[in-house]
Amino acid sequence: MPVRCLSRGGGTGGWRAGLIAGLLLIALIPTAFADPADFQRGAALIAENRFASLEEGVALVAASGDPQARKLLLALQGSDLYLRKSDRTLVVAARGTDGYDLLDPLTGEPAGSVASKRELKRVRINNRLRSQLRSAIAGLDLSHPDPAVRLSGVTEMIANLDAEGLDLLRARMPNEPDAEVREAMTTAIALGDLESPDPEARIASLAELKGTLHPAVRGSIRRLIDTDPDPEVRQAAQRATDSIEFKLQLYSLAETLFFGLSLGSVLVLAAIGLAITFGVMGVINMAHGELIMLGAYTTYIVQQLMPDHIGASVLIAVPAAFLVSGAVGILIERGVIRFLYGRPLETLLATFGISLVLQQLVRTLISPQNVPVANPEWMSGAWQINSVLSLTMNRMVIIAFCLIVFAALYLVMRRTALGLQVRAVSQNRAMARAMGVRSARVDALTFGLGSGIAGVAGVALSQLTNVGPNLGQSYIIDSFMVVVFGGVGNLWGTLVAGMSLGVVNKFLEPWAGAVLAKILVLVFIILFIQKRPRGLFPQKGRAAEA
Amino acid sequence: MRLEALHLDRGGRIFLALLAVTTLLVPILNLAVPADSPLHVSTYTVTLLGKYLTYALLAVAVDLVWGYLGILSLGHGAFFALGGYAMGMYLMLQIGDRGVYGNPDLPDFMVFLNWHELPWFWHGFDMFWFAALMVILVPGTLAFVFGWLTFRSRVTGVYLSIITQALTYALMLAFFRNEMGFGGNNGLTDFKDLLGFDLQSDATRIGLFIASALALAGGYLACRYLVNSKLGRVAVAIRDAESRTRFIGYRVEQVKLWIFTFSAVLAGIAGALYVPQVGIINPGEFSPLNSIEIVVWVAIGGRATLYGAVLGALLVNYGKTYLTGVMPDAWLFALGGLFVLVTLFLPQGIAGLMRRKEVQA
Repeated sequence: MPVRCLSRGGGTGGWRAGLIAGLLLIALIPTAFADPADFQRGAALIAENRFASLEEGVALVAASGDPQARKLLLALQGSDLYLRKSDRTLVVAARGTDGYDLLDPLTGEPAGSVASKRELKRVRINNRLRSQLRSAIAGLDLSHPDPAVRLSGVTEMIANLDAEGLDLLRARMPNEPDAEVREAMTTAIALGDLESPDPEARIASLAELKGTLHPAVRGSIRRLIDTDPDPEVRQAAQRATDSIEFKLQLYSLAETLFFGLSLGSVLVLAAIGLAITFGVMGVINMAHGELIMLGAYTTYIVQQLMPDHIGASVLIAVPAAFLVSGAVGILIERGVIRFLYGRPLETLLATFGISLVLQQLVRTLISPQNVPVANPEWMSGAWQINSVLSLTMNRMVIIAFCLIVFAALYLVMRRTALGLQVRAVSQNRAMARAMGVRSARVDALTFGLGSGIAGVAGVALSQLTNVGPNLGQSYIIDSFMVVVFGGVGNLWGTLVAGMSLGVVNKFLEPWAGAVLAKILVLVFIILFIQKRPRGLFPQKGRAAEA
Repeated sequence: MRLEALHLDRGGRIFLALLAVTTLLVPILNLAVPADSPLHVSTYTVTLLGKYLTYALLAVAVDLVWGYLGILSLGHGAFFALGGYAMGMYLMLQIGDRGVYGNPDLPDFMVFLNWHELPWFWHGFDMFWFAALMVILVPGTLAFVFGWLTFRSRVTGVYLSIITQALTYALMLAFFRNEMGFGGNNGLTDFKDLLGFDLQSDATRIGLFIASALALAGGYLACRYLVNSKLGRVAVAIRDAESRTRFIGYRVEQVKLWIFTFSAVLAGIAGALYVPQVGIINPGEFSPLNSIEIVVWVAIGGRATLYGAVLGALLVNYGKTYLTGVMPDAWLFALGGLFVLVTLFLPQGIAGLMRRKEVQA
């Protein structure tokens, strides 16, 4: 360290280094002892804008205990701190409506604005200052009233722990009110104790660190396994590592399961409409994918109509997509499919033709390119459970949405008159008609229901993948696989099949790669169909013979 | 083989006669008639016709299993593409050191991937007889294994259609992977010559056209012979009442298996003839969409007639070439509309229309 100081500050470097060390120590003493004048002096040193004076200035500001200190240091760290050329005072600049708005960092008050950055000179920092700033800010964070800020301060300190930081943590911990922050502090202190000369203390801290997942902790313990002179400590370190590794594996398992379930939810959403049209009615609807696509495009159009309310647009898109796809579905059923009942292979061809027409229609009317669909804010972000496991919001929403759609559909099929009639017609059309069920109307409504659900799935998919004319094609085969695997005519089968295929896919992925995993799943289904031609949950009774 | 199989096949006789005339005329009009004469047939047209003929052979193969055996295969494109890849591998190794990287042993894409030796499954493809054997064996074996598993466990109807689709989809994904050693995304291309003949020359193009015509005629006669034989009659019985045929004592699985395998081999041969004429084979040929298109050719031409399949393949592909040239946007509308209209109003296809006229007359 002195080398650079010497080269710049000449013979004064030595005492400066000593002063910095001393000031850092002062920084560790609770703020009650701080001198408010230090803040002004430190700021003045920073305003000199030389690396050597900056170090001193940062230390003084950090130790001052002034309420503005943290903001000043953050601005310096984020390269937002400038000198105004006209009067050489410190300002914090932020881009405003025209030019830059300035803040006085000493008071936090606005300090006018400038038209361009030419009137300002940035206070430059180097790597060493950066690390000094990091620990100084972390130290200040520890006394911040917000527990979240304190926690991030401790986490920051764990990542680059030094003796001073450790002393500060020791001083703070007994007074820390928040349990979570206290736990992080305990971890940090135990991590510091790993360097203690006393083997007993090292073993005790290893016991403390057993379940900690912070990456810095893992590194330190692993170092101990190889280098510690005491065999008992080495053993304890090995045990601690093992328990940490086990925990990590558990969490990565949980993460894969979560990814699998979210992929499975997408599959179930895409397939569940098909479970109605194909599973219950026996219609092979190759245009199913395009009905999904229509749902996704409906989301796009709804967002175009209300660009200021993206958050609400998705919620409005759900019923809108249901109506659009449902209406198109009824149109398809009345126009084409009803003439083809009992000829499943012909239905396949006709609906395939419809799918081509729908694709081209979207290409001609909207655009052959993908269209942008915005994600609402409430779907972004993540739920950070601990340092290795975080569940992203959009995946959680998809899983929840899938379950809601499934439950709704299940209730419709089980608890409503329409559901009863649909099941009756699918089991024995002639008998149902004899009982007074208007089978033609039931067919149209069932097909509309299945198509509408496809549209709803499209809303969900629009949040996950690109929305383009080919969106449907990529899901049609997967959807058929899920329905066939689950057992035709069985909603539960579709749910179980979709979820398990999603999970299996995600578990295979790290081992085989995404494409190969998909191929393996396809091959698995082909082989599975050989063994159980009617799927996981075959229909029983006479309906199975049809 | 005696031609008595054609005795009752008037459509087939007309088709074969037309094919013979075309095969004789086109080379003369291409090679002997000067280029500025209105009767001249350009080499581009010859290649286009050759391509259509391979499609027609593929359609005949699909008609054999769909029209006569009741198996709607949505995966016949896979057998076609496999035959094409086998031929493509031979053509690839014929390039030798004329590739971009000039490596005499490795195709360009392998040099590009930093591979140092030929993968084991490429060995032998430098010999034409081996490649020709593979054109038959690879699709045949796949169809045999797939059919053996599937027919034995009595997967039928829609389920069968869907897993054939899964088969070709899985193969498409696999061939898209660079690690598979088949050129990944780009497939195999930049072919130079076949059996020493330059692929760009008019004479080779004519040769390939004639070969395609002969293969189509041979395939047609073989299928006609097959469906007129006792085996063919059992096949129709299976199509119409599978369980009943089984109860009577026929070994339904065996019949299905052999006819399915035979059909896959025909598709493979069609693919092998297709590749040198279009000059490229890539994983897109495996896409489920392609396989469905084949089924549509058959449906439009009229199934269970064989010549209807040829007619459908030629008409739809001509329409495709024409429409995608004139108004590209309209092609999918036309094709999609055609599917719907044909299935609704022409369940027997165009061949059915002609037959109905015959009956009236």
